[in-house]
Amino acid sequence: MSVVVVQNLRKHYPMGEADVVGLDGVTLTIESGEFVAVMGPSGSGKSTFMHIVGLLDEPTSGRYAFEGSDVTSLSADERADIRSRRLGFVFQSYNLLPRTTALENVELPMIYAGVSEPKRERIALEKMDLVGVAHLREHNSNQMSGGQQQRVAIARSLVNEPALILADEPTGALDTKSSKDVMELFAKLNEEHGKTILIVTHEPDVAAYAKRVVTFRDGCIVSDERRAERAA
Amino acid sequence: MNMHGTLRLALNALIRNRTRSLLTMLGIIIGVAAVIVTVAIGAGARESVQAQIDSLGSNMIVVLPGSVTLGGARSGSGGASTLTPEDGMAIAKLPDVAAVSPSVTVRAQVVAGNNNWQTSVVGVAPTYTFIRSWPLASGIFISENDVLSATKICVLGQTVVQNLFPDGSSPLGRVVIIKGVPFTVVGTLSPLGQSGLGQDQDDTVLVPYTSAMQRLSGQTTVNALTISASDATHVAAVQQEVTALLEERHRIVPPQPDDFFVRNLQDIAAAASSTGAVMEFLLAGVAAVSLIVGGIGIMNIMMVSVTERTREIGLRMAVGARGRVILNQFLTESMVLATAGGLLGVVCGLVGTMLVALLAHWPMLIPPVWIALSVFFSAMVGVFFGYYPARKAAALRPIDALRFE
Repeated sequence: MSVVVVQNLRKHYPMGEADVVGLDGVTLTIESGEFVAVMGPSGSGKSTFMHIVGLLDEPTSGRYAFEGSDVTSLSADERADIRSRRLGFVFQSYNLLPRTTALENVELPMIYAGVSEPKRERIALEKMDLVGVAHLREHNSNQMSGGQQQRVAIARSLVNEPALILADEPTGALDTKSSKDVMELFAKLNEEHGKTILIVTHEPDVAAYAKRVVTFRDGCIVSDERRAERAA
Repeated sequence: MNMHGTLRLALNALIRNRTRSLLTMLGIIIGVAAVIVTVAIGAGARESVQAQIDSLGSNMIVVLPGSVTLGGARSGSGGASTLTPEDGMAIAKLPDVAAVSPSVTVRAQVVAGNNNWQTSVVGVAPTYTFIRSWPLASGIFISENDVLSATKICVLGQTVVQNLFPDGSSPLGRVVIIKGVPFTVVGTLSPLGQSGLGQDQDDTVLVPYTSAMQRLSGQTTVNALTISASDATHVAAVQQEVTALLEERHRIVPPQPDDFFVRNLQDIAAAASSTGAVMEFLLAGVAAVSLIVGGIGIMNIMMVSVTERTREIGLRMAVGARGRVILNQFLTESMVLATAGGLLGVVCGLVGTMLVALLAHWPMLIPPVWIALSVFFSAMVGVFFGYYPARKAAALRPIDALRFE
């Protein structure tokens, strides 16, 4: 099944700033179980693309179908509900809540999805165990390393069993060792758990973990390569 | 997200910024504490005035002579010499009147041995202690016989006793000189304390009113007639009957103004307490203004908080929080902040009230409804001033909030 189908997606910024490049007619399909890396220099539109796919932003024109239904013109609340139930986010700066324990951070999406408290804790611990941070449950973000924080953030993106995990430069703030660990975790989630993953990066060795690399330039897709085996 | 979860989220956020939360609450705390102390002082004062009025007897009516005009200058009430003891006797025959006593007041230097003291000497009837509900401390009171034969006997108030007999010896049977006339002390009055208007009621000497008129004032008129209605519910009726009777006795035809005033103590009490109520409302108004200022403080901090936590808001939206949920979160935060401030303010207000009561010996009374009201209004202040920042947070687009630096 196609998780994401976008057709002729355009995004124009009305500010008239020359350096802000939007999307200029992007058409792409992501199937369930794919591990896609979106590459490109800064300003190529790769982040804009991810924000639109993640329903954090709206396209100026074009069509977007998520899991087979048209989500191009949903209300803010309807988009929030899809994010709550079907999407998982991982950010470059982890975006864990300050002075909040790892467990509470992982539970956060389930609070908004209305999951009962005992169930929240059970699922959160299950996902933390999966990414190898179960022992950090009572740690606050300032008591964890970058790699640990990003793993907690990945656990948070998994708790609602999303159809698609979106990762925006997930290794951008990590050292080489932690980057490698995090990318291997993504690869494992894709291969062993069948998670569909869309990752935005400008580092080729990060993109090398993906099975498909889509390259953006000036708001357009300039290449779309699939690999039988992941390179890394 | 449910009520309980939202509340816990708000509490966590406030506890995370303990110092800032406390400083933000300060405005509300001071405002509510001010309301409580103000109301307590006002209500306490009113209560004590009422208690004193009640102790005077709520069925007491006072008739005062009217004003006179001499060469264009009006004397004010009590200036005319129109009331006579005979008026009093006529009033005593009215159906709902329990007792009447004239008052003939003379300021005089009273001498006993080496001590002397200026006080008001009041000529009264034997019914006076009954009307005023004023028991004797020792000895006996003026009798009908004393009135009939204008005996030279007197009954002393406690202040006079202390000043004329400072050695503590019993004044009974001793002789005091009033305006050169020797009077024998036959009794003393129990202490009554200050009146609602701050007068020392114990600073007085009571003598038979006939003695006062014949030997001290030299007049045939009295300064006042004090009446006790048979029941508090008859006060208004007695007032009307007394007015009609005196108009008839004084031959006053309607267009002519009365040459006397009839007052009951409830009217006087109402006048006194309405003055108190005005003060109370003014002070409460000032306190309410400080509550609003406190609310503006909350709004400021909530604005800062929303700006500071923009990325957090973005993340919450990204993981599925609707705008409404974000609005509720911030609204709950400011409401919890204001309500906690209100509760702390009540505590400070109660402590302040107790301190004032202890140090200034001021009677205090805190109506519970004011405690409930001030906490309720603090919560409302929180909602009102928290709405704008919360609205601002909820209206953020998730992508703008996430990208916020």
